[in-house]
Amino acid sequence: MFISLTKARVDFSLSPLSFNAKNIKYHRLRIMKKQNIIMIVAALLPLGLFLFPLWRITLEAPQYPTPLAMNIHVNDFSDVHPHDIKNINLMNHYVGMQYIPEAIPEFKIFPTGILITSFIGLLIGWKGNYKWFLGWFILMLVLSAAGMYDFYLWEHDYGHNLDPKAIMKFTNKDGTVMGFQPPLFGTKDILNFKAHSYPQFGALFLGLGIASGFLAYFVGKKNKSTA
Amino acid sequence: MKKILTSTIAIAMIFAAFTSCNNSGKTNGQSGALSSNVAEKVYVAPGEYDEFYAFISGGYSGNLTVYGLPSGRMFKEIPVFSQFPTSGYGYSEETKPMLNTSHGFIPWGDSHHPDISQTAGEIDGRFIFINENNTPRIAKIDLKTFETTEIIEVPNSAGNHSSSFVTENTEYVVAGTRFSVPIPQRDMPIKEYKGNFQGALSFISVAPETGNMDIKFQVLMPGFNYDLSHPGRGKSHGWFFFTTYNTEEASTLLEVNASQNDKDFIAAVNWKKIEEYVNNGGGTMMPADYAHNVYDEHTHTATSTMKKEVRVVNPSEVPGAVYFLPTPKSPHGCDVDPSGEYIVGNGKLSANLTVHSFTKMLAAIEGEKFDGEAYGIPILKFEDVLAGSVEQPGLGPLHTEFDGKGNAYTTFFISSEVVKWKLGTWEVIDRKPTYYSVGHLTIPGGNSGKPQGKYMFAMNKITKDRYLPTGPEMEHSAQLYDISGDKMELLLDFPTHGEPHYAAAMRADLIKERSQKIYDLEDNKHPYAAKSDDDTKVVRKGNEVHIYMTTIRSHFSPDNIEGIKLGDKVYFHVTNLEQDFDVPHGFAVLGQNTSELLIMPGQTKTSVWEPTKVGVWPFYCTDFCSALHQEMQGYIRVSAANANTPLIWSMGEDIESKQFLKLRGILF
Repeated sequence: MFISLTKARVDFSLSPLSFNAKNIKYHRLRIMKKQNIIMIVAALLPLGLFLFPLWRITLEAPQYPTPLAMNIHVNDFSDVHPHDIKNINLMNHYVGMQYIPEAIPEFKIFPTGILITSFIGLLIGWKGNYKWFLGWFILMLVLSAAGMYDFYLWEHDYGHNLDPKAIMKFTNKDGTVMGFQPPLFGTKDILNFKAHSYPQFGALFLGLGIASGFLAYFVGKKNKSTA
Repeated sequence: MKKILTSTIAIAMIFAAFTSCNNSGKTNGQSGALSSNVAEKVYVAPGEYDEFYAFISGGYSGNLTVYGLPSGRMFKEIPVFSQFPTSGYGYSEETKPMLNTSHGFIPWGDSHHPDISQTAGEIDGRFIFINENNTPRIAKIDLKTFETTEIIEVPNSAGNHSSSFVTENTEYVVAGTRFSVPIPQRDMPIKEYKGNFQGALSFISVAPETGNMDIKFQVLMPGFNYDLSHPGRGKSHGWFFFTTYNTEEASTLLEVNASQNDKDFIAAVNWKKIEEYVNNGGGTMMPADYAHNVYDEHTHTATSTMKKEVRVVNPSEVPGAVYFLPTPKSPHGCDVDPSGEYIVGNGKLSANLTVHSFTKMLAAIEGEKFDGEAYGIPILKFEDVLAGSVEQPGLGPLHTEFDGKGNAYTTFFISSEVVKWKLGTWEVIDRKPTYYSVGHLTIPGGNSGKPQGKYMFAMNKITKDRYLPTGPEMEHSAQLYDISGDKMELLLDFPTHGEPHYAAAMRADLIKERSQKIYDLEDNKHPYAAKSDDDTKVVRKGNEVHIYMTTIRSHFSPDNIEGIKLGDKVYFHVTNLEQDFDVPHGFAVLGQNTSELLIMPGQTKTSVWEPTKVGVWPFYCTDFCSALHQEMQGYIRVSAANANTPLIWSMGEDIESKQFLKLRGILF
């Protein structure tokens, strides 16, 4: 509601025909440029992260015919099969890995970041200047990269910050302590486990959103040059 | 001589194998090595599943074993009527009540005839029922957990043999008595048997949702032996049929005295009619004494309730409820075909196999064509109810099963064979030897309106030379046959546990999908459960000490306990905190006078220990649970009765320092 009112004000200057208050919104939509619609879709798509998990780490081993797996959401860790996280923790305590925490600060930061960027995206989508879209696109890329880096840091800590009283200690060939960091992306063998780390639907929504942001910019730029 | 005989049989069998393979080759257009063809039929590749479950009674083991078909591999022994130290069934405080009876705690039983629950005449795989022959009881096993969850004692019964068969919607599980006895039991001379002893046929209702059992009524029949039974189905649904022998009412040397009458009876009981009579207040409540034991999978605990009365019905007071069908020579098995029309009386001393017609029986009742009566129960004329007989099919017929394609398969104990014959024409189609002296046979879906065909297996009473010798005592032997063709084909020999009396089998899919993997720890309502290491404690109540203990890979909590004194009764209440499939933990303590405990994930079990010696005694996990299984252990210190060792416990820290802190009031 707030957005549409704001846009309505902008509308007046852009479209002197729409003096009739009832028709303001209608006209705004009617004359809305293609790139703006794309940008609004782009801004909405990352909200899919609240519906679907972002990432999944799966651990396969011979004695786990049903693999252990954990979904990472923007605001939660969840079991893929009942009790998976509890069982991952039980496995990992042998090598001194920490328990996967119930909550991490990121569960507050990430959702806030997504809400803010989506809001900004919607705002510039309504406002209409395609150059802003590029800015949004870059912002999203930077934030996502930061998110991935944060995820990497967490994974590294999870895989390397081991309990010195660990039941089993493994060393690499060069004598250094073996880490158990799951891959950031892809598949990796860790002792008897094969660990998979792959994006889920939520990441797809985010990726499509970012890509659409760029598309909106591109379309806007093209329209400008043809106009 | 024996060698010649064996090789002759072997040659005959190879010939038979050739013949049958040629046949199947013709029909299926298959070719290839003949012997490998048979092997392929029973081969279940590693990691793959059998197509059928078979639940084979353990007879004098008191239990029920679970097999896969066609592989013949045994998956599990389910403890039912006997103590089972492997899991602690009947030893743990939670399961001891399951074996309670009006005669006190009974550690053993003789399990006979498993039967799977049905819906609309089809096997539904929810529950399996089985009877205990010696101290009459009926048990129910939940096929979600493969655990015995209910046992009801059957009063007024003795030799609970014509049991435990279910009606086509599992309205009732029926339990007939083999031995007639004085009802109510009393002190009287045995020679006054005739006319004074009675046989009780019990109809135990099964609640549709929960499966809870309750004796709805008992029909008090004349003092014959009620040997086996089966429900009517389809058109004969509402009736139940029981074979009888010893209609002579002899009480001694039955092998002679109970074999004199040319014909005994099949008793046809119209249970719907009696149910209606009972629902209208018919019958009388008789004082009785019987145990009803129910296991609750949320508290993981069984409770035993003594019931004090039972409703009995005198059949002569319910007109049209019971009729006798004369059947030659001490019939054993009483089998009803899938359509419900034919009732087979396997006259074990008869040369022919007698088959009665349900339609003709109804017509004879309608026409009131009676051949006298016995104790007020009308006897129908043999010729009026006879559908036909299979002429001289073999020696000593015992049991018949059906394939749902119009064929019947009867076991012959004396001539040691299974004979396939056709319903309606009564012609013999095929016969195959069994090794040796077959008792029961099973076709998956056997006791139902829709047999699932494909395989038949024969359960034999004599093993002799079928396997590598194991001394004088051997497991019994079963043979699996392919019955998909015209001729039966022997596929496999496999040993069975205890003495199988009948088996129930069915397609695996229904049961497999519902099989539970763990018990949810959140749902654990055991009063002594510790659901996390923080809940663990030791509580003294007089000379009873309750240890709230947990297990998780790979430790007990607490694992150091002090302050136990001689004369104490120590309860180890062990909760398995695991929530992963197939991660049980075990518990045993040195000098334990019961069995170990095997605790499934999310479950709590209790073992009582009454230490007899001062010392520090170890306890440990008996199930190789994890890589640190050998480290999963603890100590419990037992002091003299008059010692003043404080009651303390710990895990992962020095017990004395904990004691110090506690004494300083820091911990509490």
